[in-house]
Amino acid sequence: MDWTALILSLELASATMLVLLPIGVWAGRKLAWTRFRGKALVEASLALPLVLPPTVLGFYLLVAMGGATPLGRWYESLFGHQLTFSFQGLLVASLIFNLPFAVQPMQRAFEAIAPEVREAALCCGMSRLRLLRRVELPLAWPGILSAMVLIFAHTLGEFGVVLMVGGSIPGKTRTIAIAIYDRVQAFDTAGAGIMSAALLLISMLAIGLSYLITSPGGIRRHD
Amino acid sequence: MTDPARGLRAAIRQIVPIPLQADLACGREEVLALVGPSGSGKSTVLRCIAGLHTPLEGRIECDGETWFDAGSRVNLSTARRRIGMVFQHYALFPHLSALENVLEGMDDPGGTGSRERGRELLRKVHLDGLERRKPHQLSGGQQQRVAVARALARDPNALLLDEPFSAVDRSTREKLYGELAELRRELKMPVILVTHDLEEAVMLADRVSILSRGKTLQAGPPLEVMERPATVEVARLVGLRNVFEGRVVSHHRDRGCTVLEWDGRRLDVRLQEAFPVGARVAWSLPAAGVLLMPRDRNPGGVLDNVVGGTVGKMVTLGNRVRVPVHVHGATGALLSTTVPRHLVESYALAEGNPLSLRLRGENIHLMPPDDSPRDPAAPFPPSSYRHVTN
Repeated sequence: MDWTALILSLELASATMLVLLPIGVWAGRKLAWTRFRGKALVEASLALPLVLPPTVLGFYLLVAMGGATPLGRWYESLFGHQLTFSFQGLLVASLIFNLPFAVQPMQRAFEAIAPEVREAALCCGMSRLRLLRRVELPLAWPGILSAMVLIFAHTLGEFGVVLMVGGSIPGKTRTIAIAIYDRVQAFDTAGAGIMSAALLLISMLAIGLSYLITSPGGIRRHD
Repeated sequence: MTDPARGLRAAIRQIVPIPLQADLACGREEVLALVGPSGSGKSTVLRCIAGLHTPLEGRIECDGETWFDAGSRVNLSTARRRIGMVFQHYALFPHLSALENVLEGMDDPGGTGSRERGRELLRKVHLDGLERRKPHQLSGGQQQRVAVARALARDPNALLLDEPFSAVDRSTREKLYGELAELRRELKMPVILVTHDLEEAVMLADRVSILSRGKTLQAGPPLEVMERPATVEVARLVGLRNVFEGRVVSHHRDRGCTVLEWDGRRLDVRLQEAFPVGARVAWSLPAAGVLLMPRDRNPGGVLDNVVGGTVGKMVTLGNRVRVPVHVHGATGALLSTTVPRHLVESYALAEGNPLSLRLRGENIHLMPPDDSPRDPAAPFPPSSYRHVTN
């Protein structure tokens, strides 16, 4: 069992989840309640990572973040190391790869809030912050929670994008999914099996939790 | 009543998404009912007042404060207008208890004394003991009461009610009418009630404003609007069935009477000199002004007009029966009256029988002739006038 890889994966999953939480809430609300030109295009672009082969996405990210590009040079001048083949680079890739898993469930959750309820809150004199805190977030909470669970589980299992952008540097970019691949390459079936079982367990827990939250009779239910 | 410094006044103009040309005034401690068929724009007018919809042009002010003025680009936010609003389906916060819903309506929900005041408001709407219930654990009537308490929690400048009785059953509605009538005596602000039910407006409002296809047609005390509609369109909207056309023959100030020619006969009606002799006019008569008269009895009223006809197909409406009468004459006009059920037997009313009627001239009201004829069977046209914009 490669504990370093497991911990790195858990760190990456947690970081992705935390960074995407505010982004998802912001984008989900925006897409749920406002109409603007090119909205369909934005929605389609957000859904693109769902269908794009991870290696293709990884390849473009590798090219975009490499030391020869303005983004890569700017990052290196700022932090002293290159963005590709680093944890930060993995995080950026993971954020982009997970955008649809964050935005779509949250958008659906905000869409489910009756417009009248938000108008009633305005009539009550609520500030935007209070409206968000007292009405929108509590009502959209099941959707937000299930999005976070999905992101977490999805990041743990990421392979193609991570390999392209980060390679397999132990303690730095070798996630558990890549460690499993390495073990298999080294004919260590037992080691790969234990780690696979760990991932299977975590994934089952995550998906079970997600269903529990969103199913009728789940932990929160409003009529 | 319409002192500009007190109460609410609104003039609203727009072309899309639905055309509006609405004007209304509602004094403090007054209940104004905004009445019109579905799609007439009455809810949109209310939303404009609440600041939930911005019209193209117009002006809205309350107690001397301008809430909206297209000319000087004033447009206060909903929160700053300080209104209390009851939505058609109440729009309660589903995750909060009845008491928490009311507290959210206050400026300082966590402040000292807020909870006590919230309980007091719920007591006022007869919901004591149900403070901890969530909306889905309350009946429709109870939800409406929570919505009313929440709307009043801020001591609003104006109370806006958007068809608040349409989502409950009849018996609950009757009860809520009583409660609102009781509550309104304590309310010191303008109250605007949107409804499509004229009876509801008559019961609860001091004044009604009739809206059709986005346009204010007439405003005034309910009975006045119902008995003296300004136009044929209003007459149809308020459900008057007896609307006909005639011609002014003469005015007699001494007798307080105008003589009208209708269908080859003369009618004595209440003096209405605004219409010159010879003018073509429309006239209306509420069903209550059409009285049954046995053939052998002599009419007593001064302005009573006797007309003969044949009973048409009668319709029983609970304890009352609607009796259409084909009037003997050139055009065969159809008069309509309603009588208590027992009178059908004592007068031996039956389809095809002859019948004499007394038309009470005192109740006959003259209007300009309707030059835009339309199907009287469909007084509320479908929303074909809506401009669809994409």
